[in-house]
Amino acid sequence: MTRTESAAVRPARRIRLPFVVRIEPRLEVPRWLSPVISIGAIVVALLLGALVLALVGGDPVRAYAHIAGAAFGSLGVFSDTLVKATPLIMTGLACSIAFQMKLWNIGAEGQFYMGALGASIVVLAGMVRADTPRAITIAVMLVAGILFGAGWGLVPGWLKARLRVNEIITTLMLNYIAVALVNYFIFGVWSEGGFQMTRTFQRAAWLPRLSDLAEQFPVFRGLTTHFGLVFAVVAAIIVWYILYRSLWGYEIRLIGDNPRAAEYAGIKITRNTVLVMMLSGGIAGLAGMSEIAGVVHRLQASISPGFGFTGIIIAWLAKLNPLIVIPVSILFGGLILAGREIQPAGVPRLIQGIILFMLIASEVLLRYRVRLARRA
Amino acid sequence: MSEVSNLVEMRGIVKRFPGVLANDNVDFDLRPGEIHGLLGENGAGKSTLMSVLAGLYRPDAGTIRVRGVPVSFNSPRDAIALGLGMIHQHFTLIDSHTVTENILLGLDDPRFLMRLSQYDERMAETGRRFGLQVSPSAKIWQLSVGEQQRVEILKMLYRGVQVLIMDEPTSVLAPQEIEELFKTLRSMVGQGKSIVFISHKLHEVMSIADRISVLRQGKVTAAGIDPGATSKAELANLMVGRKVLFDIEKRPKEPGQVVLELQEVSAQNDKGLPALRNVGLKVRSGEILGLAGVAGNGQSELGEVITGLRRCTAGSIFVNGNEVANRPARESIEFGVAHIPEDRTHVGTAPNLSITDNVIMKAYRQPPLARGRSLNRHAAHERAEHLKQEYTILAPNVETPARLLSGGNLQRVILARELSSEPALLIAMQPTRGLDVGAIEGVQRLLLQQRDSGAAILLVSEELEEIFSLSDRIAVIYEGEIVGDDVEADAETVGLLMTGGARSSESKAAA
Amino acid sequence: MATGTVLLFATIGEIFAERAGVLNLGLEGMMLIGAMSAFSVTVATGNGWLGLIVAMVAASALSLLHGVVTIHFQADQVVSGLALTFLGTGLSLVIGEGLNKAGAISLLPTLSLPVLSAIPILGPILFTKQSVMVYVGYLLVPIAWFYINRTRPGLHLRAVGENPTAADAMGLNVYRLRYSYVMVGGALAGLAGGTISLAISPGWFSELTTGGMGWIAVGLVIFAQWNPWRAAFGGYAFGALRRTILDIQGPQTLLGLRNPFFFNPYFGFFLQMLPYAFTIAVLIIGSREALRKRLGAPAALGLPYVRGERGH
Repeated sequence: MTRTESAAVRPARRIRLPFVVRIEPRLEVPRWLSPVISIGAIVVALLLGALVLALVGGDPVRAYAHIAGAAFGSLGVFSDTLVKATPLIMTGLACSIAFQMKLWNIGAEGQFYMGALGASIVVLAGMVRADTPRAITIAVMLVAGILFGAGWGLVPGWLKARLRVNEIITTLMLNYIAVALVNYFIFGVWSEGGFQMTRTFQRAAWLPRLSDLAEQFPVFRGLTTHFGLVFAVVAAIIVWYILYRSLWGYEIRLIGDNPRAAEYAGIKITRNTVLVMMLSGGIAGLAGMSEIAGVVHRLQASISPGFGFTGIIIAWLAKLNPLIVIPVSILFGGLILAGREIQPAGVPRLIQGIILFMLIASEVLLRYRVRLARRA
Repeated sequence: MSEVSNLVEMRGIVKRFPGVLANDNVDFDLRPGEIHGLLGENGAGKSTLMSVLAGLYRPDAGTIRVRGVPVSFNSPRDAIALGLGMIHQHFTLIDSHTVTENILLGLDDPRFLMRLSQYDERMAETGRRFGLQVSPSAKIWQLSVGEQQRVEILKMLYRGVQVLIMDEPTSVLAPQEIEELFKTLRSMVGQGKSIVFISHKLHEVMSIADRISVLRQGKVTAAGIDPGATSKAELANLMVGRKVLFDIEKRPKEPGQVVLELQEVSAQNDKGLPALRNVGLKVRSGEILGLAGVAGNGQSELGEVITGLRRCTAGSIFVNGNEVANRPARESIEFGVAHIPEDRTHVGTAPNLSITDNVIMKAYRQPPLARGRSLNRHAAHERAEHLKQEYTILAPNVETPARLLSGGNLQRVILARELSSEPALLIAMQPTRGLDVGAIEGVQRLLLQQRDSGAAILLVSEELEEIFSLSDRIAVIYEGEIVGDDVEADAETVGLLMTGGARSSESKAAA
Repeated sequence: MATGTVLLFATIGEIFAERAGVLNLGLEGMMLIGAMSAFSVTVATGNGWLGLIVAMVAASALSLLHGVVTIHFQADQVVSGLALTFLGTGLSLVIGEGLNKAGAISLLPTLSLPVLSAIPILGPILFTKQSVMVYVGYLLVPIAWFYINRTRPGLHLRAVGENPTAADAMGLNVYRLRYSYVMVGGALAGLAGGTISLAISPGWFSELTTGGMGWIAVGLVIFAQWNPWRAAFGGYAFGALRRTILDIQGPQTLLGLRNPFFFNPYFGFFLQMLPYAFTIAVLIIGSREALRKRLGAPAALGLPYVRGERGH
């Protein structure tokens, strides 16, 4: 071993444990590890959330039980959860596909609003007549919603591709701009009787709901789940197909994983940046359209309790897999729904934050292993 | 016992890294006031040995004595405290800071306020004392490489270092700068410093060193010999020697058409210095052209210009008659160029994607892997399975992410990808670097197979034995020039060329 | 000026963190925590200064989380920053529940500096009847600049963000330095938040308290090219912009013409967009400048530092 006497050697430590804690990189990752760690992270997050609640004086057990009941307790309640989950699925998808290419689209919220705006313009600006059949009305609104959302994604995408402007901030700023723009239209152009909302859309512009079928299926009475859910699931399948079955998806994933290898394989990164941002924005825009056509049937001031931001967490939790986004969204939908009733109001947001933190912190466990080794 | 007492004595140094024995019982002496040249190829262990001396690594065994006193270092700081400082091949400088700021980095003085102008003065003065003029307030990125090197040296001198270890200092310098450097070194010795000069360049070491030691594959083959008492040829032999390897069966083959032709190709490296100078080469189908040379003499850049990853500043490159110089990478792929990159992890593969995904990277746009716009996963999976078998890629299954594979297996993935397209031209850059014996054999066999089926192969390797056993023709690259074309497969000859010992005037027919 | 000061604090804090190589996107969350804690402590104790201190400590502690996850666990700095935002926002909402009804407090004192406010033109703008925090801001800018550029610890800070390998080779403890500066960034963000709730708009309005200023600060850092003076310029410019937006909507005539914003108040929404659009413009300018001048982000920003082979 080493000889001493050099002035440069540090003095020996005083306490010596019988073993050494060594952290070393993992050599292989068993498939079961990833979901287990994710679930573990969520459990820990929930516990921490309970702790915070207790510290502030709330009753965590009651709060959690209340959440569970309020979200999944009965068919009616579950239906409401699905309603909340519908836009979440789509914003989750929007974020997933962007993140797969390491494009940090924080602007799903703004793209959501723009999509809602686009769909509203179709109705309120008289692009379709009031007596146009429902199928066509909805179709036009759908296209408008997607286009507006895609356009809102195009701007930061192009800025990033051509001018290398950081997309995190641009998408974020566009959120605020979008909300202001929509507000202008609500208050200034289409305000109904001075209230913070436009007039109600004509029936042809309403997405069908389960409760519409109540005559044939009495069990559906009062259920608010609407057709938007179908859009969402279809979108999820399409995005999944694109990512994992198409050539384009292969290119997207390759760029996200190793841009140099992608360049070497001849893939154009700038073009894909713009396209993927447009796709991402378009899906978020679809979410916006679905929300106003299916739930509130008008354009109003606060149509999103942070769907866009929650989409980020959903995407991360779902490991960017479009199909897993669906169940995760349902979970978060329930959280948002129940969260409206519990005091204090910030709890859902808090829990979301803790979950995300735990998730990324736990990812380190995928890469490293902790071992106790006997000291030689 | 010699009368000259050694300043530094290293005895029995052993240093292991995963998979490699870098230093195998090495002894080394440094006398005060001498320039001691440390010769060896890449991977011979010279940098490792000196890194141990400089406090970067702890030896697994062996002792170090400085001025007769046994020492052990925990960090470079300890070594510097005892007067031993190393100047690395890759500078540790901060580009956007000034010279003075870089020299002062990490020191405890000045305590808080930095009166830079004061220190600028001090730096200038130190520079004058040692003949290393640099403008103290200049920013590093504004300086030439030679000047940057001076800053590195000043860093050490400012800290009162007595022993300067220089790792391949001339690899980034232009010829005039090298002259400057030598002058500086001699003047430093005159002021009482001692220097260890690590290099693979024979003629330089012979001209500057007072004594020379040679390392080969982790062992000492010559210790402290007098340059006057030896010859370049002898040194080359000591450096490069003969290694025992397995026998590869190579069938004689009549080379066919010229597949790859380079005409007067010049290119720059990432630092803007010339990396290739007027390179001319021809490779025929069914022929392996082995390019020997020590790493850093332009081989990487050569591979990159052929595959379209780097621009050439002059010249043309033809693949089967098609111009590929300065064309996008995809075109060279379409002309049948396959490339096994030097850097497996950062350029060659996508770490988090599966083996399947990695293996289809070049062919995914064509059927049967492509079905219209979508990927035929079934076909991809089958292809991957087939390749996994054929190339014996050891992995749980083809969906395993690439980052979990060992070096050898990762290389097999790359080979599978590149070779399965039956390329017309294969550029193999250090294909067996870092692989274990079995993997090496497998790779070499595959290369020969490709050659037998008519591919033209440019093999770039640091392992002379590999070049000798696989190549039909041998060329040598040194400082960006082809210094020998169709050279004899003899260690001494090639070794000399690789180290700039001689320019070969033999060129057995080209055309 | 006051708004500018808030932005100033947050931006300079982030400059410290980013100069050390750590990107902290959680400014918004940390400012909220700062605002909330400052307000609640002040309500409870009646001492505004104590509130500020607690705000700084709280935000700093939160940023420590971000530090651990990104420096030690080497998680992606972007996502961690976002998580921090959620966390900070959520925490502040939860803990600050009902705070709005807790009662009014007196703002931090406003002062006029005697001699300086007599300077023509600048005096009334800069030195008259400004909250004490504004003066703190004035002091902070030169101090920050001096620290970063003219002191030894500042040199180390910059080294760690430019080339952590070199810094490590020269014996600097990269991890420790990065942690420290992330926490400094957090403290300053907390200070910013506290300034809002104690000096500008007293009270706790949940998320509206910061109005996205945390994000604007992140953009300002790029515009400022990581220089405190430019950060000050950007911050005050924003403050002025905000003020202008309010002022424009008031009078009946604007520059002699019928003031469109007065007659159609809804145009005000477009004015609201201005700060954010401005940020984007600022970002574009900043990015192009950076490319052109060969300046730009600290070279190692956003990259986790992994120790290479060390002596064992």
